[in-house]
Amino acid sequence: MSVTSVLGEQRVRPADRVAAARRRISPREVVSQTMTMAWRALKKMRRNPEQFFDVTLQPILFTAMFAYIFGGAIAGDVRSYLPLMIPGILAQTVLTTCMATGTQLREDMEKGVFDRFKSLPMARIAPLAGPMVADLVRYAIAATLTFGMGIAVGYRPDGGALGVLGAILLAIISGWSLAWAFTWVGTIARSAQAVQGISMMIMFPLTFLSNAFVPLTSLPGWLQAFVRVNPVSHMVTAARDLANKGTISAEVGWTLLACLVVVAVFAPLSVRSYRRHL
Amino acid sequence: MSITSMDTTRRPSGRSGTGGAELAVHAEGLVKSFGGQRAVDGIDLEIRTGGVFGVLGPNGAGKTTTLRMLATLLRIDAGRAEIFGVDVARQPHVIRQLVGVTGQYASVDENLTARENLWLFGRLHGIRSARAKKLAVELLDRFGLGDAADKTIAKFSGGMRRRLDLAASLITTPPLIFLDEPTTGLDPHTRGQMWDTIRGLVADGCTVLLTTQYLDEADQLADQIAVIDHGRKVAEGTPEELKAAVGDTSLQLVLAEPEQTGAAGDVIRRVLGLDPILSPERSRLQAPLKQADLAAEVLVALRDAGIRVASVSVDQPSLDEAFLTLTGHPAEPQDDESTKEERR
Repeated sequence: MSVTSVLGEQRVRPADRVAAARRRISPREVVSQTMTMAWRALKKMRRNPEQFFDVTLQPILFTAMFAYIFGGAIAGDVRSYLPLMIPGILAQTVLTTCMATGTQLREDMEKGVFDRFKSLPMARIAPLAGPMVADLVRYAIAATLTFGMGIAVGYRPDGGALGVLGAILLAIISGWSLAWAFTWVGTIARSAQAVQGISMMIMFPLTFLSNAFVPLTSLPGWLQAFVRVNPVSHMVTAARDLANKGTISAEVGWTLLACLVVVAVFAPLSVRSYRRHL
Repeated sequence: MSITSMDTTRRPSGRSGTGGAELAVHAEGLVKSFGGQRAVDGIDLEIRTGGVFGVLGPNGAGKTTTLRMLATLLRIDAGRAEIFGVDVARQPHVIRQLVGVTGQYASVDENLTARENLWLFGRLHGIRSARAKKLAVELLDRFGLGDAADKTIAKFSGGMRRRLDLAASLITTPPLIFLDEPTTGLDPHTRGQMWDTIRGLVADGCTVLLTTQYLDEADQLADQIAVIDHGRKVAEGTPEELKAAVGDTSLQLVLAEPEQTGAAGDVIRRVLGLDPILSPERSRLQAPLKQADLAAEVLVALRDAGIRVASVSVDQPSLDEAFLTLTGHPAEPQDDESTKEERR
């Protein structure tokens, strides 16, 4: 039997390969690998359009529901509730969206292809960060739809186009940062369902124990104390100032600081836990 | 790493000397426990560069776990391993550039096409986009997947997935290739193709570490075989040595005309170079075979001699028999759960 070459190149020399092997990963490689993984996530999104359900349906449904159900009770009428509520929905939508990041990562990690990613000489952060870069598209869709729906039911942001754009940008940054926390949950939980469960328990208190849907003053004192320090409250207030007044308030700074802290804590934790899966 | 940039004039320091660089894999006392149970319990391996090293054993014996530890996919609990003189635990990043891994389950992306898969893995290896595209096309053609290049993997057959999986492991032409049960679940034709590919890789200078449940496969491909059971190595040797321990394959013939038995005996003696056991009263002959495919040569020679054969069978020592001989106990019943646990 004739043996035909598979590789069709010169003979493989192990010693030369050992000598030529890179000893560590350069920052440029990390960026390039992350973008490659983002490309993969975008392809996946395009081929599974049902992944867009949460970012399209939720802003539309929740904006309409909350406006007509709570509008009269909280602000007297729907129209005057909207400036309070739309930035709140924005925060809630973005939080739900980044919750999906963790669930999908967990699902993805159970697939055979992650075995190959682990066996490749690539940065361990790339499989985590790549999908998060792709998720920026999802945050942008969710945030834009929230404002679009708000405007459709009668919301007129006094901050103008720039103010709204600023609020959307802030929402995207917050969502991306917070997604690291859910990514960490994704790497420690046993299954995608568990990630979903844990994430819900994080998300609900964070959104509802904030000033997202009700004025702070309507809450009992002890709750006000929590709501005041809840980063989601800062984000909502910052977004309100941007969209309704067109001003960049100190709340923007607090929100960005909170984002930085979340990333600084959860990004290393996520990578460590992902590594431990080996 | 770009293949073209490989500097062939550079010599790594300390390449000669200890002779350790001649070993593709050098592992001592490898241990891996899952929840208090030792899946791998002190395995030593010395695999010479070039050729195929077979790791043979039943499901759950610890083959996959051993492979995954060597491939940096599992932490080594105890013991140490070197690949081409590089420590697996200390320099996983270097190991990952030297080893191509093809798993038991195809590890390619279901959502991408074959072409996109290979491009993705090429890019993650640090190959520039244009070159990764070119490599993808070359590999797809070489593995007979050119026509399916733009189909998503979800539409691929099992055999096509395996081939793509192997192609993905070869993007950087790694000097050491791990194949974890590469032919389990494949039809005989596809299995034969896979074997040819493995032989081709060895011809290119690659070293192949292969796990298998099939004695026949290890026999066909491997130069050296380690038999693993319950996380321990129970035997090691060339296929010939192991078979000698297990007993030969035997050819059983029944002739159409009993009076030809003597003539048939002569033919077998000529072809195999040994004396068959004759039972002329039942027109039956029996002869040990070094390789199962020698049976065909015997049959051709008999036909040329005008001797008609009524029935023929080749009895091989099964893995069960091998185990009985090598371990003193039969192979454990197939246990898929333990294999799954191995993967996690």
